[in-house]
Parts: sequence; structure tokens; C-alpha cells
Amino acid sequence: MKLAKKEYLSLYETMVRIRTFEESGRRLMLEGKLGGFLHLYSGEEAIASGVCSELTDEDCICSTHRGHGHIIAKGGSIPKMMAELYGKDTGYSQGKSGSMHIADISIGIIGANGIVGACIPIANGVAFALRYKKKDAVAVAFFGDGSTNRGTFHEALNLASAWKLPVVFVCENNGFGMSTPPTRSTNNKNLSERAVAYNIPGVTVDGNDPVAVKEAFAKAVKRAKKGDGPSLVECLTWRHHGHYIGDPALYKDPKDQKKWLSEEVDPIPRFEARLQKEKIATAKELSAIKAKAEEEVQAAIEFAEASPDPEPETMFEHVYAD
Amino acid sequence: MAIMTYVDAIRDAQRQEMLRDPDVFLAGEDIALMGSSFGQTAGLADEFGSGRVLDTPISEGQIVSLGVGAAAMGLRPVLSLDFCDFLGCCFDEILNQAAKMSYMLNGQTSIPLVIRANLGGEIGAAAQHSQCLEALFTHLPGLKVVASSGPRLAKGLLSQAIRDNNPVMCFEHKGLNGISEEVPQGEFTVPFGKAEIKKEGKDVTILSWSKMLRKCVDVAEQLEKERIDAEVIDLVSLYPLDMDAILASVEKTGRIVIAHESVETGGFGGEIAARLADEAFDFLDAPIKRVGSPFTPVPFSAALERNYQPNEEKIIAAVKSLFA
Repeated sequence: MKLAKKEYLSLYETMVRIRTFEESGRRLMLEGKLGGFLHLYSGEEAIASGVCSELTDEDCICSTHRGHGHIIAKGGSIPKMMAELYGKDTGYSQGKSGSMHIADISIGIIGANGIVGACIPIANGVAFALRYKKKDAVAVAFFGDGSTNRGTFHEALNLASAWKLPVVFVCENNGFGMSTPPTRSTNNKNLSERAVAYNIPGVTVDGNDPVAVKEAFAKAVKRAKKGDGPSLVECLTWRHHGHYIGDPALYKDPKDQKKWLSEEVDPIPRFEARLQKEKIATAKELSAIKAKAEEEVQAAIEFAEASPDPEPETMFEHVYAD
Repeated sequence: MAIMTYVDAIRDAQRQEMLRDPDVFLAGEDIALMGSSFGQTAGLADEFGSGRVLDTPISEGQIVSLGVGAAAMGLRPVLSLDFCDFLGCCFDEILNQAAKMSYMLNGQTSIPLVIRANLGGEIGAAAQHSQCLEALFTHLPGLKVVASSGPRLAKGLLSQAIRDNNPVMCFEHKGLNGISEEVPQGEFTVPFGKAEIKKEGKDVTILSWSKMLRKCVDVAEQLEKERIDAEVIDLVSLYPLDMDAILASVEKTGRIVIAHESVETGGFGGEIAARLADEAFDFLDAPIKRVGSPFTPVPFSAALERNYQPNEEKIIAAVKSLFA
């Protein structure tokens, strides 16, 4: 897949913005400024960037507890998300959601979800609605390797295939369902093999290469929009940190950890090297993007810290719709 | 007005609301080709097409999630889960997804979703097809919970549920399927949160819902012969709860029996009793009495089951104990 310079840089910029947000979140939590759980997407940025680069605001995504990357890549607001992590009134949900339930319906982010595997069949509902309303759009479910062992995954793939729903299933195989690797929880070499059971295409791609992800995903979108039904795209990647901040991840093999965090494998330095080698961008251009992301996230932190707490009575709002 | 069976009333509610609003669609197991276990959707697939009346795989979690996703996008799904006992197969989808989404998203979207499921035993269907599980869902903020005691309410509540912008657990009772009564034709809704006084009385309040309500009406007639003037209230909706109606009745009668078919322990009668103890203590002339099923699964054999669900004798005994 050959892209224009602008597109390469856009993929890079999205990855950098995600990494900057996540690593800032990590620092803030370790400094005691953030509460709750934070499940970081660091290391997996190529997937959200590649996938969302193929989507418009009409297309919808359903995300997971590890959702910040998807939200940023889909165009979500970094200040509103940061303020939500701080539990502030200016956050996406005025402090009702925290990290795990962020949504922006106006741009097709139907929501992150704290229950593993829950978003997969919900994405089918979204896809059903898109088709019902005759939209030329798709729904995307992001989920980890761990969720492919839930019934929700299997119920969802079956229904989407039977009904030929305009949906794409993106499995982010980051090596761990919390602590358990797929080699211990399944007997499949690749999780994409599971697509065979539902008579849909299943591919496994290099999830640390945003262009490879984009290319595989674009095919799946084309098929879904044509009315041919869903596909399963498994993206192989690595979760840089523990399951959440505070998990020291002692179950990881240090040799693997070292390999996946090396400059050759980490999606960001790897893509930087490629862009420079292929003379798509200069080191200067890339550092400018990094500096801009740092500024953007720093401004979001300042915005969040200066924002007021929600008033206690807002707790009672939106339990029910009018 | 027309004479309709309970099943016809349920079917008619769905039909009227589908005619009224193109965003309403039906999904569930065996609702299209078969027209549902008891005919509650018979003919609707022919009338509205397979795009709006959808047979799903036996995938309860997916059925509710389909509804959640579609509702978040502005459609109005009506999901048939058949027996309420099957709600265990989609509990996460109800309690963590449907019930909480509007809140977690701070009102960015609502989830106008109806889950139809039937309660009840007395048909020899044993432990996994006979339960009354409505109380489980009253513990979950974000859900509305209603239960009909006859055809008129079945139609009115289901139509109202379809128009409501929240997830509604709309409980039917399979033991009422053959009951007929006059039901308004065309569009017809019954508001939530308004209990209905089925019979006025001054000596004791008997509060119930779903099929048990009908037994309570019979009980009140029998009690009249014994010069006990019972007031019978159909709660109609468990959430929103019409506490004002209950308090007004208890203020008048000073005595209350709460009867439900569900297991007494942890049943919704306990919540009402607790509220009455708190809010009506000064009006009460006797203890608050609950009548429910015993703390066992529903047995199969008719010889056992006939002693399981509360019957008229048990309710009468409970009422009389308040005058001892």
C-alpha cells in the first residue's frame, strides 16, 4: 500500500499523540494525581492509527477498557478525555465515566467498555442500525485476544456472518489476557483461524505496522460496505506495560519484553526509521510532531487541573433519559 | 374496545407501535417464522417484513447487545427473550450495558430498549422455566420494570415501554395467555408509575402485580363474605414505584398484605415493606405481611407445584392474621 506523505505523517502523528497521552497518564497516576484504573495502550498504537485512518465520522467504533488510543485515533478530544480521567466537570461524562467508558457519539465513538468482550456484539447492533438507516458506513469492534474466549465473541461473529452485517472485528492480540497468554488459553496458532468457523475472512497482520493494519482493514471495510459481511482482522502487538498501572507484569518473559520494546519493534521508532529511510519525512519533521503532541497533552493536563469538580447533585443526572 | 386475549394484546401493542414509528423493530428467538412460543408476534413478519421482525440465533447476550447498539444509534428495539429464566444468559448485557450506558455516557445517548420476558409457573415447567425474577431487575438503577396482570395492561404497558427512552423490562405472565378482556383498539398506552386500585376497601390493603393480582381480586371477594373490606391495588410498575398510592391506601386501611408469586426472600415485597416501615409506621395497626413462594426452586410435579405458588388460602390466612 503506497500512501501520500500526508497520510504517512498522519499515521505517525496519531501514534505519537496516543503514546504521549498514555505515558503522561502513567506519570500522573504514579504521582497520585489520577484515581481509578488506567489500562494503557502504549505499544499498540499502530492498530488504532491504521484502523481509524480508514474511517469517517459516520463510521462507528466500539472500544474496550484499553480504549484511549481508539478514542484519540477516531478524533476524540484529548482535553475532554484528560479531564474525565481527572474526574472533572469538563470531562467527557462530567466525571461519571472515568477511563473505561468514554464515548463521543457525535463522531461515532459509541463507547469504551469495562467488560471484556462486551463491545463485540454491541458493534453488531450499531452495524445493524447503520444498515437499517441505509448509511454507507461500518461499525468496528476493537477487542483483545482475551475476549476471543468469551461467548460474546462467538455469538457476535456468528450473527454478523449470518446477517452479513457491515462490521469489522479488530482483534488486538497484545500477548496477554490480563496475565494469561493465548498460548495458555487457546489451542489456536492464530486467533484469526476462528473466523473459519463462521465462514468469514480472517487474517493475521503485523499489528506494529500501521500501514499493514490499514491495508488489511481497508479490505475488510470494502467487503463490509459491499454487503458481503464481516471480517476478522487479528493484529499482533505487545502491551508495553502491565494490565493496568500498578501491575508489575512479573509474568512477562524479560527477553520478550526487551524485544518488543526495542527500537526495531516498538511501532513508533520503527515507523520513524522507515519514514526517514524511505525519505518520506526528516528527523526534524518528526520531532516537530512529537513536540506538538507534548504541548497538546500538557495543555490538556492544565485544562483538566484547572477545571472544577462536578457538583455532587450531578451524580443523579442521566440515570434515566427523559 | 375489543375483546382480546393476553397474547393478542401483546401482539397488537407491537403492531400498533411499529405502524406508528419506523424505528421500532422486533428481534428475538422464533418470533418471525414461528410467531413466538405463544403467538405473541404471529403475522408481524409478514406484515412488516424480515428487516423489522428478525429471528435471531439462540444467543441471548447477542440479542440484548444488538438492542443496546441499535438503541444507542436511535432505533427502538423490542427484544423477545421468551422465558424470564433465560435472562441469566444475558445478564451482563442488561446490568452492565443497557442499564448503565446513558449514565456512563452522561446522556450523550439513551437506550430506548424493551425486553419482553414471561414470568410464572403453575404449568409444570419446572425450575428453569417457571420463575418470577422481576425483583432482580429492580436492584439496577437505569432500568424500568413493569408487569402486567391482564390484556389491557399488557397492551398499554408494552406500548408505553416501546415509547420510553430507557431500557424497560416488560414482564408478561405465561399463565395469563388465555385470559380475555376488553382492550382499547388502535394506539393505547398506560403510564408507568401509576398503581391501579382494582377494588376500593377500608379494612386492609392487598398489594400485588402480575398474575397474583388476579388471585388477590378473588380473595377480596371471598373476604367480603367475612365482612373484611379489602382494597386491592395492582402495582403495575415496580420501577418507577407509585409509593404515594400505597401510602394513601395504608393510611386509610392501617393494614397491608403484599403478595407476589416470586420467592418471598429478596422479593420486591421486601423493598415495599421496608419503605412502609419507614414512611407509614404511624398508620400501621398490624405488622406488614408478605406472601410469596417458598425459598426453593420451582418443583415440577403438579403434586408439589400446587403447594408452591401462593394460593387464595395462603393470602386469606395472611389477611386474617392481621386481625387476630
